[in-house]
Amino acid sequence: MDEAQRLVELIPRLRRYARALVGDRASADDLVQDTLERAWTKLHLYRQGTDLRAWLFTVMHNVHVNRVRAARISEPLGDEMPELAQRGTQADALLVRDLDRAIARLPADQRAVLLLVTLEEMSYDEVARTLGIPIGTVMSRLSRAREKLRAMMLGQAPAAKLKVVR
Amino acid sequence: MSELPVSEAELQAYADGRLPPARLAAVEAWLAARPEQAERIAAYRRLAQEVRGAYDNLLSEPVPERLRQAAARRLPWGRIAAVLAWVTLGIALGAPAGWYAKRERTVAQAMPDSTLLARRAAVAHAVYSPEVRHPVEVGADDEQHLLTWLSKRLGAKVRAPKLDDVGMSLVGGRLLPGDIGPVAQFMYQSQNGRRLTLYMRTEASHNRETAFRYARENNVGVFYWIDREMGYALASADLSKDELLRLANLVYKQLEGS
Repeated sequence: MDEAQRLVELIPRLRRYARALVGDRASADDLVQDTLERAWTKLHLYRQGTDLRAWLFTVMHNVHVNRVRAARISEPLGDEMPELAQRGTQADALLVRDLDRAIARLPADQRAVLLLVTLEEMSYDEVARTLGIPIGTVMSRLSRAREKLRAMMLGQAPAAKLKVVR
Repeated sequence: MSELPVSEAELQAYADGRLPPARLAAVEAWLAARPEQAERIAAYRRLAQEVRGAYDNLLSEPVPERLRQAAARRLPWGRIAAVLAWVTLGIALGAPAGWYAKRERTVAQAMPDSTLLARRAAVAHAVYSPEVRHPVEVGADDEQHLLTWLSKRLGAKVRAPKLDDVGMSLVGGRLLPGDIGPVAQFMYQSQNGRRLTLYMRTEASHNRETAFRYARENNVGVFYWIDREMGYALASADLSKDELLRLANLVYKQLEGS
């Protein structure tokens, strides 16, 4: 089957992960574009019959790490209000925004693990291969990311309420 | 009942619903005896739900065109080879001016004008169709402006044929230098990234018509024809001769006498 077609089909998933990873839409789509371009130049390294999705996420991970390193792209700041599509009630929207900020505050390596497990629903093994880390590290990063996220979401509840009054 | 030790990794797997069935009962018993831990793991499950809910809208959103183009690009080696071959052969493009002019006259004289049209179109195709970020100067989303601009520069009414029915959508167009003046190039692309370019120039002699002719230059197939004041060449490195001919017929019908 045509790789181009399969790449196109995977774009929405790449965008979703990138959006959660980098915090805003424009940078996320830039990351996806760089990933796709990189994927084309590296396609000869991809082994036919293996999981193209896992391979692409590996490419994206490497592109992201290089971008952060090269440009010292600041980790997204909490005070910026990333736009997300409207969903339901205002309380919902607030939750999404707080969650988005909390995720942005996680250390980058923990954030990647959490998102691959939660959003992409990759197996721990796949996450380990995608990020090139041992599975024990996957588990400990996942555990730490979740605990931080939980603490932040608990701590943020009152602040969120204050923000409603404007 | 004695408890087996439960690891943090197992708790994470439990939160993800990925615990092997053999351990399920043990972990659940362990949690039942520890309400605080049970609450922590329940919170992880809720957060996972919320995280998915927060970003899932991106799965159903239309994919931006620039990403579709970046993904649909075919392996460009064929075309890169084509460009390199042209650079070798086509001295015409990058040589020092004096030599360029001299060489150019020879090539032009040695070759019927319409053959030159096909060659120019093939080179333009080989140069621009591998472009990912800048395949065109003006995109199809600004088609009216594109047509007005190109018509003005060519001094003739320029139209972009509609090929959506056969799966080729307009990416946009650009202005190029031709042998005697400005030339227009439109680029089309199929869903899976196959590209087609239409090269159009104004003809010095206004009442000439030719049949379709086919030329193949370094991977790029070209159908070209002259219809009164305009010369057309339809080029692609991704389509078979038959497919290209079918498209050339469509383009001809739409542009006939325009």
